[in-house]
Amino acid sequence: MTPNSQLNTPRHVEAAAGRDSTPPVLDIDNLHIEFPIYQGAVRALNGVTIRVQPGEIVGIVGESGSGKSVTAMMSMRLIPQHNYVVRKGSIHKSGKNILDATEKQMRRIRGSDMAMIFQEPMTALNPTMRVGRQITDVIRKHTALTPKQARERAISLLRDMHIADPEQVFDAYPFELSGGMRQRIMIALAFSCDPSLLIADEPTTALDVTVQKQVLMLLRERAKKTGTAILLITHDMAVVSQFCERIYVMYAGSVVEQGAATDVINRPSHPYTRGLLGALPENANPGAPLLAIAGQVPNLADLPDGCAFRNRCNLQAQACSQIPPLMPLAGSCEHAAACWMTVREESDA
Amino acid sequence: MAATTATSQLSYSLAYFWYQLRRSPMMLLGLVLIALMCLAALLASLLTGHDPNAIDLGSRLLPPSAMHFFGTDEVGRDLFSRVLYGARQSIGVGIFVAFVASAIGSVIGCFSGIIGRTVDTIIMRAMDIVLSVPSLVLTMALAAALGPSLFNAMIAITIVRIPYYVRLARGQTLSIREMAYVQAARTFGAGRRHIVRWHVLRNALPPVIVQMTLDIGNAILMAAALGFIGLGAQQPTAEWGAMIASGRNFLLDQWWYSTFPGVAILITAIGFNLVGDGVRDMLDPKQKVK
Amino acid sequence: MPEAVLTLEDIHVRFPVKRNWRGQAHTWAHALNGVDLSVRRGETLGVVGESGCGKTTLAQVLIGLQQPSQGQLRWHNDRGQPNVQIVFQDPQSSLDPRLPVWKIITEPSCVKGETQESAMRARAARLAEQVGLSPDYLNRYPHEFSGGQRQRVAIARALASDPDVIVLDEPTSALDISVQAQIINLLFTLQREHQLTYILISHNVSVIRHMSNRVAVMYLGQIVELGDTAQVLARQRHPYTRLLLDAVPVLGAPLPENGVQAIPELPGNRVLPTGCFFLDRCAFRKHGCAERQLLKPISTETPMHSVRCHRYDHDEADGK
Repeated sequence: MTPNSQLNTPRHVEAAAGRDSTPPVLDIDNLHIEFPIYQGAVRALNGVTIRVQPGEIVGIVGESGSGKSVTAMMSMRLIPQHNYVVRKGSIHKSGKNILDATEKQMRRIRGSDMAMIFQEPMTALNPTMRVGRQITDVIRKHTALTPKQARERAISLLRDMHIADPEQVFDAYPFELSGGMRQRIMIALAFSCDPSLLIADEPTTALDVTVQKQVLMLLRERAKKTGTAILLITHDMAVVSQFCERIYVMYAGSVVEQGAATDVINRPSHPYTRGLLGALPENANPGAPLLAIAGQVPNLADLPDGCAFRNRCNLQAQACSQIPPLMPLAGSCEHAAACWMTVREESDA
Repeated sequence: MAATTATSQLSYSLAYFWYQLRRSPMMLLGLVLIALMCLAALLASLLTGHDPNAIDLGSRLLPPSAMHFFGTDEVGRDLFSRVLYGARQSIGVGIFVAFVASAIGSVIGCFSGIIGRTVDTIIMRAMDIVLSVPSLVLTMALAAALGPSLFNAMIAITIVRIPYYVRLARGQTLSIREMAYVQAARTFGAGRRHIVRWHVLRNALPPVIVQMTLDIGNAILMAAALGFIGLGAQQPTAEWGAMIASGRNFLLDQWWYSTFPGVAILITAIGFNLVGDGVRDMLDPKQKVK
Repeated sequence: MPEAVLTLEDIHVRFPVKRNWRGQAHTWAHALNGVDLSVRRGETLGVVGESGCGKTTLAQVLIGLQQPSQGQLRWHNDRGQPNVQIVFQDPQSSLDPRLPVWKIITEPSCVKGETQESAMRARAARLAEQVGLSPDYLNRYPHEFSGGQRQRVAIARALASDPDVIVLDEPTSALDISVQAQIINLLFTLQREHQLTYILISHNVSVIRHMSNRVAVMYLGQIVELGDTAQVLARQRHPYTRLLLDAVPVLGAPLPENGVQAIPELPGNRVLPTGCFFLDRCAFRKHGCAERQLLKPISTETPMHSVRCHRYDHDEADGK
């Protein structure tokens, strides 16, 4: 199959090689985050490094407890500060330090510099306010437009969302609209102030599959038009393989594999990624037992020493008692996996 | 994790409770205040040598001193011991009202919610009628009609509180009825009685418990209000509201007479309210950190 | 041909939506509009469709919680009585959070009148082993388990009353991929061991493809295509089936580059269309589409594969 043609444009290659001088739109560097609980702490993120270059579409894939949602929430500083402790690391948005910013500075950044769309559009929209008013409120908060100009901009945004009757939708309440329509409103809201980064946390999980396709195509179309980078968080491997240029696979608070979408999906290296892809019904014969990964996700309050995946891994060896760092795989500058055994396999081959 | 024994589970729960208390200083304060007043009520006879009803006309209206911590009233009775013994009335009323009103109200509410239709409509409209009258006015009217006595005051306050619990329990029942686990129960033939016994009661309980703890404070205030206007506990029984009323006549020169009973009411009501808020926060599922 | 364990004949379900001042309903939501289905013993019948297609209502009808406004449900077992259980989508809300797990599992038996605690606990332990839960954990409460384990509890509960048919309403939609694989394997094993019949309702086409022998595609309260799973999903005869499968993301295939179209929204079920229900979203409109379409076998050679589209009528020569 033909790789996504965007992958080889010079801007991305340069940025990946670090030669481009613009700072990454999102730079999460070796982040360690804990949530203190009774008798201990939940180690939600353990050394996560994620970079999103301007205009890129990057995906984070993982299951529950992987830390993907925490990553998204921390990037926007949406978690109340008394609930978490930063042990190490930093987050920068286009060069601005997110972890140290004041709440006032964050309020300026959120919405205008970076935006977020969530899984449940119903709860993200105010049910007592007309939809148009919610969009114009955001526009007028971050720009100096007059009410009339804001309204025009909102309606043109809705039209860009391929909504057939934008004026009617502008005056509607959220409960009068379908789930797919509401998610489009959320996207319109997110794009209303031209952010340079859009974080989408499971944006299509609650939607029907036909609507999902429309929403994803819409997101991509809009992002390409405005040069917005997208960070897509999902558990759906198929969606991430379709939509993203680069993928990070997360497990138990760490990134276990990263690289171009085609590389990670077609040549998965980390045993967890392999296990995930192998467990998909698409990759099995109908009626045959699925290749389930043995065991369960470890308790983040009680992580084992060494590699977090070792208790479930069939390649487990002595070396795994040391946490493996992300190591580039042979023949690729971007594709890397955090596994001692895979690298050995690759170098032996 | 190996199966834990009952005692170690209990000590774990207690330790966890203490951990949550430490994170909620207001609730801790509330518990301390309540403990103070309850101890005062229970150990009243130990804490003071004076008989609360002993009249000593030679010691009328004395200011607070080492002999009489809170001073004396117009017939020479020691106010400290009267406040301590009065705690029994007030806290007793609070607990009685909370338990009885919640018990009766929950039963009616659950019944109404599970039966539904006409019965439900009739019961709820009856409750609406009671709720439409301001509660203090209705309580006073009922207490007056029943006759001035502590017991009648308790009955009056209880009756006026019942509709709140009916509403609460009915609302809970209605939402529990729609839960998936109740639907599953109906698929294997569970009747209404089984659903109420197994599912509704245990799930409707937490909000009712929260309301109960908050109500104790309210009931104490209500009893004091009734005592203030002469309904409720009658002389010579020590009762905080009545003491405040009597002290009104002496307010300018003998400030201690009304003040100490007033402060006692304040402390007790605040204590129960703080605990009530804390219980609500603890039982809130979103706060659960396991 | 294997015998049928359950037959649905022309099931219609409608809900009153608005009532006039006298309490008489004048607007209805038509959830099911003529469902004919015959479920064979031992098979897994998949029901796939999107929101608004009526699959949730169908589940309610199958488990007896919703009476059809029209039509009949017939059970072909010894007692003529339904013996069906359900596993819900959300393992969190389908278990009473304040009951220990052993009580949840044996609730069906308790409803039937058995009350001896030791016997109940033993039964719970046996069922827990069958679904892969350790009997040591039976005293715990649902919130102490993970999503996958809770779903196992729900499955154990469904098995407790020895059902003929289990309705699986999106059983893995709320679960992670690796957990989904474990649960699907468990369901396969249990089906073999207990000779169960499954009715699998899902919007996840991959799971349907993997688990079901036959599949029914639903749209706006009707079955628009019914047949052998491999056949239906590969040939995609009905235009809606085609639209549905087209939208399913395929691992590794990039999103098409063509522009986003403003596809008309799913029509509401308040006022049903007079002709084919799929007309305004269909790419293959012809002059026969203005009439109500019937679910008919494609040809006499494949009587088991039916489509609700006049383009496949025997009389018409053209197929596609």
